[in-house]
Amino acid sequence: MIWQITDLFVQFSLLNFVAFGGVTAMLPEIHRLVVEQRQWMDDATFAQLFAIAQAAPGPNLLFVSLIGWQVAGIAGGIAATLGICLPVSIFIFLLYQHWEKFRGTPWQQAIETGIAPLAVGLVCTSGWFVVASAHLDYRSIALTAGCTVLLARQTWHPLWFLAAGGLAGGLGWL
Amino acid sequence: MSGTESPAPPPGPWRLFLIASRIGISGFGGVLPLIRHSLVEELRVLTGSDFNTMLGLCQVLPGSNVVNLAVCVGARLHGARGAIAFASGIVLAPFAGVMLLATAYGLWGHLPFVQDVLRGVAAAGAGLLFATALRMSRNVREPRIYLPFALLILIGVAVFRLPLPPLILALLIVATLIAHRRLIASKQQR
Repeated sequence: MIWQITDLFVQFSLLNFVAFGGVTAMLPEIHRLVVEQRQWMDDATFAQLFAIAQAAPGPNLLFVSLIGWQVAGIAGGIAATLGICLPVSIFIFLLYQHWEKFRGTPWQQAIETGIAPLAVGLVCTSGWFVVASAHLDYRSIALTAGCTVLLARQTWHPLWFLAAGGLAGGLGWL
Repeated sequence: MSGTESPAPPPGPWRLFLIASRIGISGFGGVLPLIRHSLVEELRVLTGSDFNTMLGLCQVLPGSNVVNLAVCVGARLHGARGAIAFASGIVLAPFAGVMLLATAYGLWGHLPFVQDVLRGVAAAGAGLLFATALRMSRNVREPRIYLPFALLILIGVAVFRLPLPPLILALLIVATLIAHRRLIASKQQR
């Protein structure tokens, strides 16, 4: 058990450094580790855990928490979560201090100007991934489009839209 | 640089932890839009372009965008303690929630009603992400030159299924070089 918990922490710490594009972009890597190499779970369990993480509130990385939980209970969940967060968090905290110091230099301004549109594209790509992975039909996509237009114009709390979506689904409209 | 309002005074670490917990636990279908809504529009402790810059930096670096952003936001508002408070708040409450959900899903997850509700939430959540992208695009400088890069990422990943790391790196280098040249050119004109 101790070996598995340590292994979870070390493996997800390593994954943390190659997780460009976030945890969702890392699914093939995680699958290779937990299903093929360590054989901690089968394909069906892997897919089910991903579904729960998608449905749950909170950051996408909670999928990794569920993997840890499946392998070694709550302690496994904590070890995997710390592994996927901590190393790069510390790195970013140190880097961010320098980023602040460089404020105003031409290269720093140029990088900021260049990064901003990429961020817009990545958020948009995440939206596309949600639509694609949830296998939405035309009525659900109409709901997505409606929420997009309203939320882009209004400053109402986004949770109302999510609740309305859940209600529409529960009533069998989607 | 017109139209950017001066930010409100930042909350303390404990308040940051509570704010982050609330964001984390209500973040169905994406936490990033809620962080932006809370800090930029509700509390007004960050400006829209501050948020874009931080998010851009965090998305280019590896790891969870949400945790990375939480570290940046916390560090900006309250140093090391702020970073720990905001990042742990974002993760801890939903972590507890997801452990409970895992148990509940084991019992009732097969019911069609549950699956219908979740599909509706996912559809609205996707709309939330698209709307956030639209709002962020309003803060992009010189949109005619730089917004096509956003489109290139979407097409590259969604249509051509290119791996993200090299795509981001390549586009970042090109966009930065263009921005740097234009910056130098505009300084020489003056």
